[in-house]
Parts: sequence; C-alpha cells; structure tokens
Amino acid sequence: MNIETVPLTHYLFLSATLFVIGVTGVLVKRNAIVVFMSIEIMLNAVNISLIAFDRYLNLHDGQIFSFMVMCVAAAEVSVGLAIIISLFRNKPTTNLDDFNIMKS
Amino acid sequence: MELLIFYPLAGICILFALGVVINNSPISSAISLIAMMLCLAGVFILQQAHFIAILQIIIYAGAIMVLFMFVIMLLNLKGKGEDDKWQSRDRNVLLNVLSGLLAAGILYKLISIINEAKFNSPALTSENFGTVREVGTILFTEFVLPFEVASILLLVAMIGAVVLAKSKVD
Repeated sequence: MNIETVPLTHYLFLSATLFVIGVTGVLVKRNAIVVFMSIEIMLNAVNISLIAFDRYLNLHDGQIFSFMVMCVAAAEVSVGLAIIISLFRNKPTTNLDDFNIMKS
Repeated sequence: MELLIFYPLAGICILFALGVVINNSPISSAISLIAMMLCLAGVFILQQAHFIAILQIIIYAGAIMVLFMFVIMLLNLKGKGEDDKWQSRDRNVLLNVLSGLLAAGILYKLISIINEAKFNSPALTSENFGTVREVGTILFTEFVLPFEVASILLLVAMIGAVVLAKSKVD
C-alpha cells in the first residue's frame, strides 16, 4: 500500500508563502480593515502547518490547537472591528496613517 | 490523487491571498479572502482534518467574513467623492519597496529552513484519523479545560465588542 502523498515540506512551503503574503499585507496596506484581513491570512497559514504536522505525527493535538486559533481569531476580529467602528466615530476614516493621536 | 488535487489548490490559494493584498477596494479583498478560505478548507480535507475543514467554512468563511463585510458596508466610505480613502496610500514608494524586500527575505529564510529540516519518518496514519468523533473525544476529555477557557475568552470578546461599539449614551 504505497499511496502517493504530498510531502510535509510542500505543506510547509504553502504555509510559509501565505504567512509572508500576510506580512506583506500588514506592512504595505494602510486600510485598517485590509490589515485585519492580512492578519487572518497569517493565522490561516499557521493553521496549515499545525495540521500538516498533526498528520505527519499522527496526533490530534494540532487540530485542537488550530481550533483554539480559530477561537482567538474570532475574538480578535470582533473586538478589532468594534475598535475600528469606535475610531471611525471619532474620525471618519480607516486609514491607519491618520490615527496618530498617541504621537507626542 | 492527493498530488493531483493539492498543487492546483495551493496555487489558487496563493493567488487569492495575493488578491487580498493587491486589490484596492476592500470588498474585493474580502471576497478573495473568502475564496482563499474555501480553498484552505479543501487543503484541510486533503490532510484528513475534516472537523477543522468544516469549522474553517463555518467560522472563517461564514461568521468572520460576514462580520468583515458588515463593517465594510456599515462604514461605507465610498460615495462621498473621496475614493482616495479606500486606497492603500502608496505614496511612500520607498517604504513599500523596503517592506517587499523584507517579506522576500523572510520567505527565503523560511524556505531554506524548511529545506534543511529532515522530515523523512512520517508516522502511520491510523484508520479513523481526523474524524469528528476522534477530535471531539479528545477535545472533551484531554483538552476540556482549554475548551472551557476558550468559551470564557469568547464571552469576554463579545462583551468587549458590545462595550466598544456601543454609541455613547449620556
């Protein structure tokens, strides 16, 4: 029984590529909502490698971990978008460059 | 079979992820993000993580992206004649080039690290690996405390979101 399977490294390559795309999005984009989306891409990339290792080692811990990552992502998105809405109420823009009131 | 499905799926996934970063309008970004998450659910199914694949579709592509869309529609920055507000403000080209170089460097380093590592002894996958029954059993026995803590985390996030987004009532 020798089924051809994708090697673990290729899953890790996919994960690394997606993570770097997310990093680029966070660095380059100036719209707060799109920055949040890039963070979601990064979290998803981590999930891929967790699940790839999970299958490689024949454990289930990685799946529980990615379940927790999803919980944290949901919490983060709900709070983050609420922050964006309340910022928008003070200043009608979502451009991150305009939020520099903390700068002395 | 897995080879035949994985590589196109991974390619589409990366294309949609690039679409999130490249698109100028956040609605297009959100739609490519949904497509990317659906492709990722396919990748998870290939790895026999059925439970996580279903959760990916329900939580990410369903709940989280609906929240994103809802906020984009709610803020509705367009229509005031200021399309520029949705733009990514690429005025500082030097900074963008620098961050692109940084990202390329990270990618190069990650790939070289992955190439150096020796992954050549995969464990045999058991018969019912990754089924909902398997994962659920472990979730409710071995990891029951983290599971409960996660529920408290979600409750706190919900209260926080309500408090933050509530309009000021005097």
